[in-house]
Amino acid sequence: MTTTHEAVPPVLQMRGMSKRYPGARALNAANLEVRRGEVHVLVGENGAGKSTLMKILSGAVRADAGEILLDGAPVELDSPLRARKLGISTIYQELTLVPHLSVAENIFLGKTPTRWPGIVDRRRMRQEARRILDTLGVAIECDAPVHSLRLAQQQMVEVARALSDKARILVMDEPTSALSQREVEQLFATIARVISNGVAVIYISHRMDEVFRIGHRVTVLRDGSHVVTCNIEEVTAAGLVRLMANREVSDQYPRRQHARGAELLRVDRLDGGGLKEIAFTLHRGEILGIAGLVGAGRTRLARAIVGADPSRSALRRASRDGARRIVVRGAVEAIHSPADAVRAGIGFLPEDRKQQGLVLPLSVERNISISHLSALAVLGVVNHPKEHGEAEAAIASLRIRTPGSDQLVLNLSGGNQQKVVLAKWLAAHADILIFDEPTRGIDVAARHDIYLLMNQLVENGAGLIMISSDLPEVLGMSDRILVMRGGRVIRELSSQEATDAAVLQAALGVPA
Amino acid sequence: MTTARAGDLSAEAGARRALGSHSGRQLGTLAGLLTLCVILWAATPHFLTVSNLLNVLEQTALNAVVAVGMTFVIISGGIDLSVGSVLALAGICLALALEAGVPAPAAIGLALVVGTGCGLVNGVLITRGRLPPFIATLGMMSVARGVALMLAEGRPISGFSEAFRAIATERLLAIPGPVLITIVIYAVAHFVLTRTVFGRTTYAIGGNEEAARLSGVQVLFHKTAVYGVAGLTSAAAAVVLTARLNSAQPTAGTMYELDAIAATVIGGSSLLGGEGTVAGTLIGALIMGVLRNGLNLLNVSSFLQQVVIGVVIIGAVLVDMSLKRRRR
Repeated sequence: MTTTHEAVPPVLQMRGMSKRYPGARALNAANLEVRRGEVHVLVGENGAGKSTLMKILSGAVRADAGEILLDGAPVELDSPLRARKLGISTIYQELTLVPHLSVAENIFLGKTPTRWPGIVDRRRMRQEARRILDTLGVAIECDAPVHSLRLAQQQMVEVARALSDKARILVMDEPTSALSQREVEQLFATIARVISNGVAVIYISHRMDEVFRIGHRVTVLRDGSHVVTCNIEEVTAAGLVRLMANREVSDQYPRRQHARGAELLRVDRLDGGGLKEIAFTLHRGEILGIAGLVGAGRTRLARAIVGADPSRSALRRASRDGARRIVVRGAVEAIHSPADAVRAGIGFLPEDRKQQGLVLPLSVERNISISHLSALAVLGVVNHPKEHGEAEAAIASLRIRTPGSDQLVLNLSGGNQQKVVLAKWLAAHADILIFDEPTRGIDVAARHDIYLLMNQLVENGAGLIMISSDLPEVLGMSDRILVMRGGRVIRELSSQEATDAAVLQAALGVPA
Repeated sequence: MTTARAGDLSAEAGARRALGSHSGRQLGTLAGLLTLCVILWAATPHFLTVSNLLNVLEQTALNAVVAVGMTFVIISGGIDLSVGSVLALAGICLALALEAGVPAPAAIGLALVVGTGCGLVNGVLITRGRLPPFIATLGMMSVARGVALMLAEGRPISGFSEAFRAIATERLLAIPGPVLITIVIYAVAHFVLTRTVFGRTTYAIGGNEEAARLSGVQVLFHKTAVYGVAGLTSAAAAVVLTARLNSAQPTAGTMYELDAIAATVIGGSSLLGGEGTVAGTLIGALIMGVLRNGLNLLNVSSFLQQVVIGVVIIGAVLVDMSLKRRRR
């Protein structure tokens, strides 16, 4: 498809789009221009601003600044409904169909054709659905309940629904992540039909082979800014990766020299639950960074280590082949639950602090003591002065900003909440600490504070695992870096070898 | 940090907490209770007499005791609809044992074991069977009631020894036995909730079960135990009721679960879990008791009484929620 796209007017122009979240600048005057009938690929590493830009386009998020033009006319996208009415449809990774309704009912959800007011015109609905599905070239039964369809077919239904909205622009976010190769071919055929009708497709993907197969033009985002837009023939995969990775080097990461000590943790051929043959070691006095794209299995790995998702089959497997896969301080540990992990001295600081790390309606003090209440108690009665003393000491040593240890943690800022989670593990004497996205949603000053604390912990002999999608953070803080893709550890890089391009290449699976 | 210093700090923190959260909320409920008493004192000469007040306390004791277990369950983020039926079943077991000549202490022990056992079954169904608490305890509500009716063959069992009835008839320092028992149960429950690992864990599970689990808390064990507590307090109420009436009825305790939930919620517990105190629940139970008594004294029809009590429950929670929103 090498028609001269230059002749076609742009269906979408987004100019100077900016968006700030507390503690992070998601978009900084980003631009995007999309033409009718093209597949426009949007690439960038995690946090480059792709999702935010698309959320603005779909009306789910409002930009702080910038203007959006549809077919040359400025529009105000203040709600998802408005965006849909203007012909902008988004297909998310998580499908948004109603499982027990039929294909036709799903396609016309919210805009069911009626005969008399309130009476559904089933015949017309079915005919219309059939017509749309035919234009997509898919053979799906209109009356089939959606839950009986395969995932790829459900995706087609989503596409059909978008077309029934008279979509001008169709946004697809990683649509192939759960599809088999054959289903991917079907999807690509569908996309070809969609663009032949003059619809523009914005396609977000990390899979370089797909990008080059179906893309006409590509836009690279980096740090919330537009880097380049060009025809796909003008770039190579390696070139794209360089464009995505070439970030400004900043000195926000306090560098230090650590003396690597004895082995603290060894993971040996950890398998199952989406993880494949994971093996690595963690030593005292080091920060082990784990990089990878969203969905690479990093959080799953952390949860597997702390026994967060004990499944019966995993337990049975472990007891059957006797090969326990986690060795802590030289001793084999059977970690079947978070309680076992706490006993083994492993603390997990989850990415979602509010849902998984903290009991929000309880005080700072009680959140800190929760990990080791029994150790604080005599005959089941909590030694409150001791509990309180520990909390006060932690507030002082971790510089937690709170009016007092009895303040409810829901009133604390993100950075201070993270410190409370850390204090909880330090009070339980954990020295293997797994940070999952340690600074997500935390402002710059508090971030620096967290980094200093991490260094301090390492100097005192702890071993830290740091999962992060923030590449500069991984590069700036880690002594070693593991790169994960598809549930595997693909590469291990020393801090000397590690560059943003090297990590991204491994994470994306692009040859250098 | 020396222990003395830590002690100072904890006293200070305690004082701050009193002004800040739970206790502050309790002062509000207490003010509501006192206002209610003043109004009734002004409206009817019969309210503020020793005999009437003791009567109110005795009437309230049953609901108050059942509500203790309900408070544990609600703080843990659950609900227990079976407390009334479990009360009846424990009462029937107690009566059958007494009738068979079992000594009173042993019979009481049996009733407590039966009640706790029913609660633990609820707990296991909820934690191991992963049933929603509403469903598990709804089932137990029917099962326990049915078993109670079967054991008693549908009839009340009456006529117990003086020694047993002394639980309800004796007075200590002019305080009736049931009231005394209630006070002791509340003192113990308050201690358990605020000072022990079990109590702390109950709040943590109700506040955020997943975070508690990931912090190494044995969630399943504690949740099961919480329902055991509810069964235990229901059985304790059964003992008091049976002694007072000199009779155990398989239909006893009908609708008690709703009164207990009402007392707990009026007392400031959140049905979302993680919040609540037994002191608040006691005040909640007293508000309901005083209100019923007062409305009786004022000759308000029992139909209208139901309307008033419903309005009070809704009003109390509305006020509570708006106060909380302001605090945050």
